[in-house]
Amino acid sequence: MTRDGIILEARGLTMRFGGLTAVKEFSAAFPRGSICGLIGPNGAGKTTCFNMITGFYRPTEGQVFLNGGPISGRPPYEVCRAGVARTFQNIRLFGNETVLQNVLIGGHLRQKTGWLAAVLCLPAHFREERAMRERAMELLDAVGLAHLAGEQASALPYGAQRRLEIARALATRPSFLLLDEPAAGMNPQETQELMQFIRNIREGFGLTVLLIEHDMKLVMNICEQIWVLDYGETIAQGEPAAIQSDPRVIEAYLGEECADA
Amino acid sequence: MHRSTAISLNVLAVAALGLFLWWAEGALDGYKIQILNLIAVNIILALSLNLIYGFTGLFSLGHAGFMAIGAYVCSILILSPAQKEMLFILGEALPLVQEAHAPFLVAVAAGGLAAALAGLLVGLPLLKLGDDYLGIATLGFAEIVRVIANNIPRVTNGALGFKGIPDYANLWWNYGWCVFTLFVVVRLLSSNTGNVFKAIRDDEIAAKAMGVNVFRHKLLSFTIGSFFAGVGGALLASLLTTIDPKMFLFTLTFNVLMIVVTGGLGSITGSVLAGVGITVLLEWLRFVENPVSLGGFELPGIPGMRMVIFSLALICIILFRREGLMGMREITWSGLGGLFARKGGR
Repeated sequence: MTRDGIILEARGLTMRFGGLTAVKEFSAAFPRGSICGLIGPNGAGKTTCFNMITGFYRPTEGQVFLNGGPISGRPPYEVCRAGVARTFQNIRLFGNETVLQNVLIGGHLRQKTGWLAAVLCLPAHFREERAMRERAMELLDAVGLAHLAGEQASALPYGAQRRLEIARALATRPSFLLLDEPAAGMNPQETQELMQFIRNIREGFGLTVLLIEHDMKLVMNICEQIWVLDYGETIAQGEPAAIQSDPRVIEAYLGEECADA
Repeated sequence: MHRSTAISLNVLAVAALGLFLWWAEGALDGYKIQILNLIAVNIILALSLNLIYGFTGLFSLGHAGFMAIGAYVCSILILSPAQKEMLFILGEALPLVQEAHAPFLVAVAAGGLAAALAGLLVGLPLLKLGDDYLGIATLGFAEIVRVIANNIPRVTNGALGFKGIPDYANLWWNYGWCVFTLFVVVRLLSSNTGNVFKAIRDDEIAAKAMGVNVFRHKLLSFTIGSFFAGVGGALLASLLTTIDPKMFLFTLTFNVLMIVVTGGLGSITGSVLAGVGITVLLEWLRFVENPVSLGGFELPGIPGMRMVIFSLALICIILFRREGLMGMREITWSGLGGLFARKGGR
């Protein structure tokens, strides 16, 4: 594959906390427009990888490149500005704000008029905020939450909160979206809908998606490339069919005896 | 509700306030007018602290420090050079202090700007700190300001402070600044910048992930809040006509904090209501500090008793109604309209 086809690349990412190596030399290249998966048993270092890519952790070693330019070592808000957005394993919405306000906050980093324009009541400010509200409503429409725009975010049902978190991430206009366990706590029906939803937003917003997920059915169904972590090391990488039959993956998930059998 | 309707209602409300002040100026005695003045100043102070603490979630206990800076800068500017020559008996005033003179509007704005500058400089190192640590550090800052004021007699006249500060701060000035503060705070918080402040309060990590430069916005909120704290302090100096370092003890911050918590952290209308209510109550409760006779018993007046009562009240609020009067809700025109429409319909 040519370099042009790679949107985000991790090179030898290592994260040590004191004596503990949470992730060791994680390298991956994510093809533009693909849906990729990052799987592994609990504590394998998946979320740590996310935190390194999005700037929440500064990797002990290694670098992250977005469209060929380095982004590691930059603070999260700059990484987000560069086009990398994320959601969280345990949903982190702005609970006291309305659904619409949550999405507007996501749009803030593309806003041109600042606080002074707001205080001075400049027409440009009102124009821009109106345009932002319209765009936010479009996004909410796309995730099927437009009718709940005025509700307080913490009052939404669980599935809707997940979708709102994705809508909020989309409002930052990312080119690369990281989803941390998007199907956690969903029933099979909801997971099915989520799968379709992820495919839709990939098409609709021209995204590349990287997701962490424990629901194997979802991962195998939707992902084109999968990376498997165990105790911080990458033990396998490839297409879903290859991953499913990889003995090391089976061992990591089910234990050694099963792999032998 | 339509925007233009809301704007005209706001204009009407300001006009009504103006009419009330015009009436009050002629009809009320000096004591009552003084209470009205204190209400305006307290609302300004409460709004400024609510912006910092209630809306951005920065636990700051440094308000007395910013108020002191505003009060001293404003006083130095409005005291006439002749007055200053009389005042500075501990040591001659520095030439800059001696010569400085400005009209009241400029003096109050300068007080606010000086406080804002202090807020910016203090915020740069301190706003990296988390909740409780920020509280302790800002408390320390306020104490440092007070100690400095005590120890630079050629600028602040030391422990003696200033007396005979011109009493320019009448109803019109105080309520003018109060409406201006309200306007700025409302405009700020109803814009997307306000949403970002609230996002930082609700979940700092999520705000970072959404591309918010958290530190920059904390600094912005803190600096604007400090500006209005300085304005409040400046007006207070002219209102009381006398200031000294002892005035800016922690109790001053506590008074403002009490109004903000009672009104509701994160509610503008709550701060306004509590600003009115608590200022009036504080005056009304003065009777508990006077000797009272209860069925033949003569109870001696205990100075400071009303602060005891208020501290108890604050404890009760935190125990039983932590969100304060209004919580994070606001009274809006459309909300009021809805209330009347429902009543009318029945």
